Amino acid sequence: MSTRTMPAGASLRRQARIHRVWLYAVLVLGAVMLTTPFLWMTTSSLKDEAHIWLYPPQWIPNPLQWQNYTRAMQEHPFHLFFRNTLILVVVGEIATVGSASICGYGFAKFRFPGRELLFGFALATLMLPQIVLLIPQFIIFRYLGWIDTYWPLLVPLFFGGNAFFVFLFRQFFRTIPDELCEAAKMDGCSELGIYGRIVLPLSKPVLTTAVIFTFVGTWNDFMGPLIYINTPAKKTLALGLAHFKGYYGTQWHLLMAASVVVTVPVLIVFFAAQRYFVQGIAFSGLKG
Amino acid sequence: MMLKAGGSRRAGPGHSFNRREALWGFVFVSPILLGTVLWFIVPMLAAVYISLTDWTLLRPPNFIGLDNFRGLFQDRIVGQSLKVTLIFTAAAVPLNLLVAFATALLLNFSRSRTMYVIRVLYYLPALVPPVANAVLWSWLLNTEYGLVNWMLRAVGLPKVLWLQDPDIALSALIVMSLWGFGATMIIFLAGLQGIPPELYEAAKIDGAGSRHRLFRITIPLMTPVIFFNFVINMIGSFQVFTAGYLITAGGPNNSTLFYVLHLYRNAFEFLKMGYASAMAWVLFFIILALTLVVFRYFGRDVYYLGS
Repeated sequence: MSTRTMPAGASLRRQARIHRVWLYAVLVLGAVMLTTPFLWMTTSSLKDEAHIWLYPPQWIPNPLQWQNYTRAMQEHPFHLFFRNTLILVVVGEIATVGSASICGYGFAKFRFPGRELLFGFALATLMLPQIVLLIPQFIIFRYLGWIDTYWPLLVPLFFGGNAFFVFLFRQFFRTIPDELCEAAKMDGCSELGIYGRIVLPLSKPVLTTAVIFTFVGTWNDFMGPLIYINTPAKKTLALGLAHFKGYYGTQWHLLMAASVVVTVPVLIVFFAAQRYFVQGIAFSGLKG
Repeated sequence: MMLKAGGSRRAGPGHSFNRREALWGFVFVSPILLGTVLWFIVPMLAAVYISLTDWTLLRPPNFIGLDNFRGLFQDRIVGQSLKVTLIFTAAAVPLNLLVAFATALLLNFSRSRTMYVIRVLYYLPALVPPVANAVLWSWLLNTEYGLVNWMLRAVGLPKVLWLQDPDIALSALIVMSLWGFGATMIIFLAGLQGIPPELYEAAKIDGAGSRHRLFRITIPLMTPVIFFNFVINMIGSFQVFTAGYLITAGGPNNSTLFYVLHLYRNAFEFLKMGYASAMAWVLFFIILALTLVVFRYFGRDVYYLGS
């Protein structure tokens, strides 16, 4: 072997370089495979009906059919779906982040009997498969006359939102020194004032994480709207896209245009706040 | 002043509680306490009752004892849906964990800018909304014009009926679910980056090879993360719904009839609320039993740094 005749250091370095080339080759190949569906979605969304059936497929459509987007948006009231989803996102954010941070603050900064037990109790709800609650919750909301309204999707969020977020806020608030809160109290700040004016402004990372996760959760939710919303004009984007598939089952260029529209906002939010995204996921995985 | 009177927030255990502070504490946590009762405990109790009735929403419920559960065990379609879900879980979860772990190991070799970009690209599919994902894969797996069959054709292979062949459809959905492995991968990667580099350096000085380092350091230290991902993925895959509902509608020939899809149909299409509630409880106990088994047999092999 030629490596044997080489000085040991050079051989090792050469081996390391070969390893690195292989490493990057494998990873880049994987990245190409994983991103191809995105490319396929995008090019399909820009083809006209005749070109979508062509073999071999055109990766850069000619002509570019930008009007697919306007057509997809017009043939189905996507502007309404967009507005509806936005309403759910905004109200959902206020409800979830607001109530989860208040509860997290309560668990982090106050001592009261049974605190750890109650916290564990609230967290235990995360372990319960949602499917068990689906039917009784539906029946309760039906009894309240809330079917075909957004109440079933929003009202529960005002009650701590999601125990996971309460946990997230609690962990973060515990890192804020008690002395800060006490000093504010000495200065005559009320309990709500300490929470709103001292603690929250110091909690931007955890707030951002909660906002992003709530956004993605609400934006992507399918089963909730599927079960509770019937009127076409009240549908969300996810639900609208599902029904769009039912109506235009073979108009793939329009379906892909609509899919791009539904996907892009999530990607934008991800790119805008990657750091918090990854932190949140890592946190859920490592300390949950 | 109250603070000076021993109302410190950091009073040690055994101290009596400051009443004002305790009261405020209850006020702050009251939303989630109320929510837990209203949206978890009350529905849970209701679910127990509903599962013991023949409720269809159309007429008042009759109490029928355990008849729903007896019916379930004789229902061949329920059996089929359970089989589909078990096969899906048994294949998709290990596959997902393996690919995610291997990729995370590779991505952890360096922290260069390129690696960062690659990592982001691997993660992106996990962000695609499930409905858009289902629509996209219906198109990718389209028999005549889908990209997958076009690629097969390019290398001279015959086209495959991915979604129409009862022997293949479930496998197609398993492969499709693998596209989103980035979510699991990111958690693994965060775990790998938390392993102190000194451990590897010490092992290197002791002459441990790379395989040795992987099996003696990395994998043992990653067991809590592997365990977490395993449980989370398992619970998630038992509740898979969207792909079966939108891509194959449970077909062909019920070959992709996931348990939750069948449950959804029973509840919201046939309005058999009692029967569907019983189905939900059965799933709950299956998930609970499997989680306990996993904790019992693998939980004790989990290492924690510093313990």
